[in-house]
Amino acid sequence: MNTNTTATTVAPVTKPGRFGRMLLTLGDVAGFVGQFFKEVVRPPYEFREIIRQCYEVGVRSLPLISLTGFITGIVFTNQSRPSLAEFGATSWLPSLIAIALIRALAPLVTALIAAGRVGSNIGAELGSMRVTEQIDAMEVSATNPFKFLVVTRVLATTFMLPTLMVYTVFVGLLGAFVNVSQGEGTSFLTFINQVFEAISFLDIFSSLIKTFVFGFTIGMVGCYKGYNSSKGTEGVGKAANSAVVTTMFLVFIEELLSLQIVNAIRAV
Amino acid sequence: MDNQKRTMNTDAVISIRDLRISFGEYHVLRGVDLDLYQGENLVVLGRSGTGKSVLIKILVGLLKADAGTISAFGQRVDTMSKKELDDLRLKIGFSFQNSALYDSMTVRENLEFPLVRNARNLSRGDIDRAVEEALENVGLSQTINQMPSELSGGQRKRIGIARTLILKPDVMLYDEPTAGLDPITCIDINNLINEVKERYNTSSIVITHDLTCAKAVGDRVAMLFDGQFQRVGTFDEVFDTDDERVQQFYHYNFVE
Repeated sequence: MNTNTTATTVAPVTKPGRFGRMLLTLGDVAGFVGQFFKEVVRPPYEFREIIRQCYEVGVRSLPLISLTGFITGIVFTNQSRPSLAEFGATSWLPSLIAIALIRALAPLVTALIAAGRVGSNIGAELGSMRVTEQIDAMEVSATNPFKFLVVTRVLATTFMLPTLMVYTVFVGLLGAFVNVSQGEGTSFLTFINQVFEAISFLDIFSSLIKTFVFGFTIGMVGCYKGYNSSKGTEGVGKAANSAVVTTMFLVFIEELLSLQIVNAIRAV
Repeated sequence: MDNQKRTMNTDAVISIRDLRISFGEYHVLRGVDLDLYQGENLVVLGRSGTGKSVLIKILVGLLKADAGTISAFGQRVDTMSKKELDDLRLKIGFSFQNSALYDSMTVRENLEFPLVRNARNLSRGDIDRAVEEALENVGLSQTINQMPSELSGGQRKRIGIARTLILKPDVMLYDEPTAGLDPITCIDINNLINEVKERYNTSSIVITHDLTCAKAVGDRVAMLFDGQFQRVGTFDEVFDTDDERVQQFYHYNFVE
């Protein structure tokens, strides 16, 4: 008898092709999203963990968001000045910056920073928990790991992203004001007046909704990649990397879609 | 296999019949029959990759078998709803091979985690007392505020066991409890497994390929080869054979 045999080889199972795998993944993702909506309304609620995750996503992102938002405001103002100067319209800088920041720059910068920092973190953390059997440990202690790990993180990213976006707008405007006050000698009051005259309710509302969706995407993709991670430490790295790449791709697609929707609303 | 042997044993705490599972083209378990009786430590021996851990993961619903029946405390596990399965999981403690402590939580939070979520009417004082008692029982009270990364391998194993004991289970499942530990720590863990049995009156399944552990803790030993239990009995009964595979297993552990 062959003592090295630990399992018997039988006829190989037919594996699905690329299209089949894509369909299976889509079905898996749909099931994951569906489970989120099922679990999010069902008690018990993990309030403490939600608050902890909000702190992780929101407060811990503030230094990076402050820096990138401030620099974005300065750089955008600097790059826009020469074009406006050709028409003698540098006085429009505050309006231009406000519209650009609120409509596109702040949501995108916030989402991309969060995808890099939070999305990868979630993917790696849950991936690591999966391969070290911590998720299984929750399951066998009759605790719902999906509710504790996924629902809390997705809620945190969904609600913290709009908050961070508003913060990015303010920091970006601050950067722009520093630049404009040095270049054009514009007073703070004039700057603020021009900013508020330029933006509309639709600008603010659409950006908030958009970042809400971005936040949901970041949390959901990070959790999906991490929760379904496999193949040991290699899988953890892949989960983190894939979470960032997929989220960034989806954020740009969503940005494009939201642009079309908002433009259609404006046309009406 | 005759029909009489396939019949569920009603005296057993856990009864498994004709359990089968495959991963892709590999048939890992191929008709496993097993009974775990009240108050006994049953050691499951076998080489790596023979499906020992798979067996206990099926028992708690972490994996789904392709065929076969599992009964725990007189109820069919394989047909249970999620709610019924969660109720059963409260009666079965699972100690993982790598302890599976929650990295982001302190030892105290690790122990509180299952308790807070499954006994919601407990006061803060009750929870603190239960945590302290569980840590005391594994001899690690001083680690209560430490993070898992600050603990040694043996301490992690003990804390993992304490976390499962905090729910006072009737059955304990140990997955490779002595894997990766030095011989002295292995003896400590073996003693702990025996203490748990005495103190909590648990029945246990111990998955291992460490014969010293098997001999120290096992009331009965079951050897898994080729996806089935080939030999079941006391340690001496199991190894009193000319079967080449069994002898090879014994010699690699004790002689070499």
